[in-house]
Amino acid sequence: MTTLRVPNGGRVRHDEPVAFTFDGKSYTGLRGDTLASALLANGVHLMGRSFKYHRPRGPVTAGSEEPNALVGTSRGKGRSEPNTRATMQELRHGLVAESQNRSPSLKFDFGAVNDRLHPVFSAGFYYKTFMWPKSFWDRVYEPVIRAAAGLGTAPKEEDPDTYANRYAHVDVLVVGAGPTGIAAALTAAKAGAGVVLVDENAEIGGALLSDPSVAIEGEPAWTWLAGRIGELAALGVTVMTRTTAIGYYHQNMVALAERLTDHLDEIPQGAPRERMWQVRAGQVVLAQGALEKPLVFNGNDRPGIMLAGAAQTYLNRYGVRIGERAAIVTSHDSAWYTAFNLADSGTAIAAIVDTRSHPNAELLGEARRRQIRVLVGHTVVATSGRLRVKSITVAPMTNGRVGKSQTIACDCVAACGGWTPSLHLFSHTKGTLRWDEASAAFFPDRKSEACEIAGAGRGLWGYAPVLADGVAAGTAAASSFGQEARAVAPGVKGDRPGTGANHAVLATSVKPGRVRAFVDFQNDVTAKDIRLAVSEGMKSIEHVKRYTTNGMATDQGKLSNINGLMIAAETLGKAPPEVGLTTFRPPYTPTTFATFAGYHRGTHFEVTRKTPIDGWADEQSAVFEPVGQWRRARYYPKAGEDMDAAVERECRATRQSVGIFDATTLGKIEVAGPDAAEFMNRVYTNPWTKLGVGKARYGVLLGEDGFIRDDGVVGRVSETLFHVTTTTGGAARVLTMMEDYRQTEWPDLKVWLTSTTEQWAVVALNGPNARKVLEPLTEGLDLSNEAFPMMSLADCRVAGFRARLFRLSFTGELGYEVNVPARHGLALWKALMEAGEPYDICPYGTETMHVLRAEKGFIIVGQDTDGTVTPDDAGLGWAVGKKKTDFVGMRSLKRPDLAATGRKQLVGLQPEDGSLLLEEGAQIVADPDKPVPMRMLGHVTSSYRSAALGRSIAMALVADGRQMMGKTVYIPMPDGTHKATITSANAYDPDGERAKM
Amino acid sequence: MLLIRCPYCEETLPELEFVYAGEAHIERPKDPSSLSDDDWRDFLFMRSNVKGPHFERWRHVHGCARFFNAVRDTVTDRFLATYKAGEKRPSLAELEKAE
Ligand SMILES: [Zn+2]
Repeated sequence: MTTLRVPNGGRVRHDEPVAFTFDGKSYTGLRGDTLASALLANGVHLMGRSFKYHRPRGPVTAGSEEPNALVGTSRGKGRSEPNTRATMQELRHGLVAESQNRSPSLKFDFGAVNDRLHPVFSAGFYYKTFMWPKSFWDRVYEPVIRAAAGLGTAPKEEDPDTYANRYAHVDVLVVGAGPTGIAAALTAAKAGAGVVLVDENAEIGGALLSDPSVAIEGEPAWTWLAGRIGELAALGVTVMTRTTAIGYYHQNMVALAERLTDHLDEIPQGAPRERMWQVRAGQVVLAQGALEKPLVFNGNDRPGIMLAGAAQTYLNRYGVRIGERAAIVTSHDSAWYTAFNLADSGTAIAAIVDTRSHPNAELLGEARRRQIRVLVGHTVVATSGRLRVKSITVAPMTNGRVGKSQTIACDCVAACGGWTPSLHLFSHTKGTLRWDEASAAFFPDRKSEACEIAGAGRGLWGYAPVLADGVAAGTAAASSFGQEARAVAPGVKGDRPGTGANHAVLATSVKPGRVRAFVDFQNDVTAKDIRLAVSEGMKSIEHVKRYTTNGMATDQGKLSNINGLMIAAETLGKAPPEVGLTTFRPPYTPTTFATFAGYHRGTHFEVTRKTPIDGWADEQSAVFEPVGQWRRARYYPKAGEDMDAAVERECRATRQSVGIFDATTLGKIEVAGPDAAEFMNRVYTNPWTKLGVGKARYGVLLGEDGFIRDDGVVGRVSETLFHVTTTTGGAARVLTMMEDYRQTEWPDLKVWLTSTTEQWAVVALNGPNARKVLEPLTEGLDLSNEAFPMMSLADCRVAGFRARLFRLSFTGELGYEVNVPARHGLALWKALMEAGEPYDICPYGTETMHVLRAEKGFIIVGQDTDGTVTPDDAGLGWAVGKKKTDFVGMRSLKRPDLAATGRKQLVGLQPEDGSLLLEEGAQIVADPDKPVPMRMLGHVTSSYRSAALGRSIAMALVADGRQMMGKTVYIPMPDGTHKATITSANAYDPDGERAKM
Repeated sequence: MLLIRCPYCEETLPELEFVYAGEAHIERPKDPSSLSDDDWRDFLFMRSNVKGPHFERWRHVHGCARFFNAVRDTVTDRFLATYKAGEKRPSLAELEKAE
């Protein structure tokens, strides 16, 4: 151990060394260390490089707000994590950490050339630079920006860890387990409330962990703390550590991200790495405390310069002195205590530099007692040291002028610019804030949720006031349940009260062009950048933020927002609240995507609906595709076949003999009741009254706007029952739409709607031999063409099962669809396969189905239509009941634009080169030699190779397409412009004779 | 996540069980063909888009599947009331008094 580790200091386990590596070098820390504290104990401050200028950086904080000390951590394949905050990562055996944003090494980084060029990279750099020439975008700017963008390297392997998700309901949720939160939790629990207390740190205690000298209720802080932990447990309070409240949502729902394994030497078998909690709380107590504000001065970013509170935490909580010779720079009393603690631990204090002329006399006395040099009314004009701070140069301020400077040697600096309440979660609720002039901070104002905000989070300072406030918050929370709390605020001795002054930027005598005073450390935003943004017209802080990127780093402005605002306000000559505060949004700290995803990944990403025949298809090595939430067999390749070969074979077999197709996924809705026909009349374009029982019709469904929403064959089972089929993806939408009209527009109609999609398995047989296969298996129905013609349906038995049989054709061949109860689907399929053997029956998938229907010009809603296609556009004008007085969408068809000429109409395309497959989505033009941009006539909607026609085919939407039959159009594609002729989309057996056999 | 009271189930349940269904109290004209193009356009597309209490429809899709009406403040995202389809719209003054 180095001399920087205080013997037996802090809360770390001195008897338990933990080995780890940083940038390949081996180090040893102690159990209880964070990566940052362990490195600091080894004298390492340099932990990263900044984003833009690649400036060497060390940790400035000891918490989750850390902007600089971000490292990559890993523990084996797939388990790597970029941007781990070294200040939060607990040390574990074998931890491998690597610095980021540097090449080739942290100490020598080529990217640092950006720092020399800093005048070029001023505010608005991206907006000003990457503007022209246009051609540079693809080849120069974008690759350069992409290479430079982001910190760290995203893992490429699949994450082997699991992530959990839980819900919880609780009376009182207390966020933040510092003294305020502990007092609130105890008070509410004693009154009988169910309490959950969460804290993002490894242990509870908050600021008390860094302030052991305070005495509470007559006990040293840590003894008191241990007692309270026991009391919380005894009262049944759920205490969750390593758990960050990342977002506060409506009606008191708070999201918690719990980290379960990153701190463990070994990952327990099956343990989730992180767990997302969605907690619905009766009352929320926000006790998030305050964040220390950096001072903005020239050279404030060198490794070794950190917040005074962080230095105090490293010393008291981790037993690590941040250096041998510390300079203290402050505008607030709190840093004086840091100086005293450091001095008492054997750290030389080079000086306490206070910007105020008259700091607290008691503090001055304490400093004198320790013989610490004190410089009051001073400013920092500069610092030195490349990879570690070597000195600070300070000067007195008199009447706003910088006096004669002196340089003070040091190897670390503890700086404090005051404290700002952590209002992030409160702001998530849209609680309003008010600006407190005296403390130059926003305080919570009006609440919008059932919450209390207490302690330093609402601007209180010192242990006695925040403990009392915690008790008050706990009492208020409990009383909202009608429970009476009887707690008294604990007495405090040796409290550390304090006040401070506020500065936007510390004055300096250095030439303005050479000043580098950082506001946002990670994104390298300087005070000058913010002034420049204001002078270039950014008057709102939201604009300043986007122009300079201030507050857009991974700490989301926790350190930079208030300083940035003060500088902008000062430059504008306005009060800060007039300039505004940028909105805080969830998550409070960066949260892994996996935590949000939880169980929803891989096969659990969403539901996969499978038909009863799916297992059989899987055994046949079918290739599947997702359609809606269904998994459908796309084609059934035989050995050595690719998709094209398989589809060509399946198409030929179906057209020449018979194909079998699993159509179970088709949406099915039963429309039943005395008013069923009337309801159908009102919803579908077609007339239904005269459709006979046992007859079916192709139906078209529009939206009220007149555009095609869905289609499908509808059969009349009885006078009062229609069997409606919908597209696979549209089933739920169609039922929703029907229900909407039934429930809210026509509640007087006697009609009931039932989804039967899952109840029926559907097997389609298509091809000239379809009847021959089906006939021997069918009972109770004459399948002859005369008795059961095209567009008929009947209830009968097929293969011994109760069946509803449709005769229809989506292929142009003689076709049947056999519906049986889903549980018999597989048996039916197998029976048909067996009966089809003499005819070489061929199973085909969705791809073949698409080709066969395209050869006939049958549309697929959503592929050949896009929500702007009317029935007439699609060539389905015949399906619109001419004598009907109303149906959904009818009035819209008469709107001028929908009745106008020039609309895109569905046609066929015959490419001049029959071997060429047009690209679906490709644009169509009349003359490719016209200057760009030229008028687009339309686009290709479907395109396939047709075995039956011996050439490629396509469908397209083309302006006035039906008037352009035989005309030549051009289709520009990446490999060149192709010629095609406009034809009818119905290219195969145009008279439809084959389906009527 | 919002909590929504279904007036049919008479239970307050998480938003996940519901879907939004557009502005409420827009009745489909009895005889659309008799409407002028402008009136039909207004029925189809024009919505009030209020800042504040908004009358809107929801559907308890993963519950009773009924459509119902609600008054939700679009600024605070708070539900002021929910009521059955077909019931008359509650008075805003009374709702605000109840707040
Ligand atoms: Zn309901």
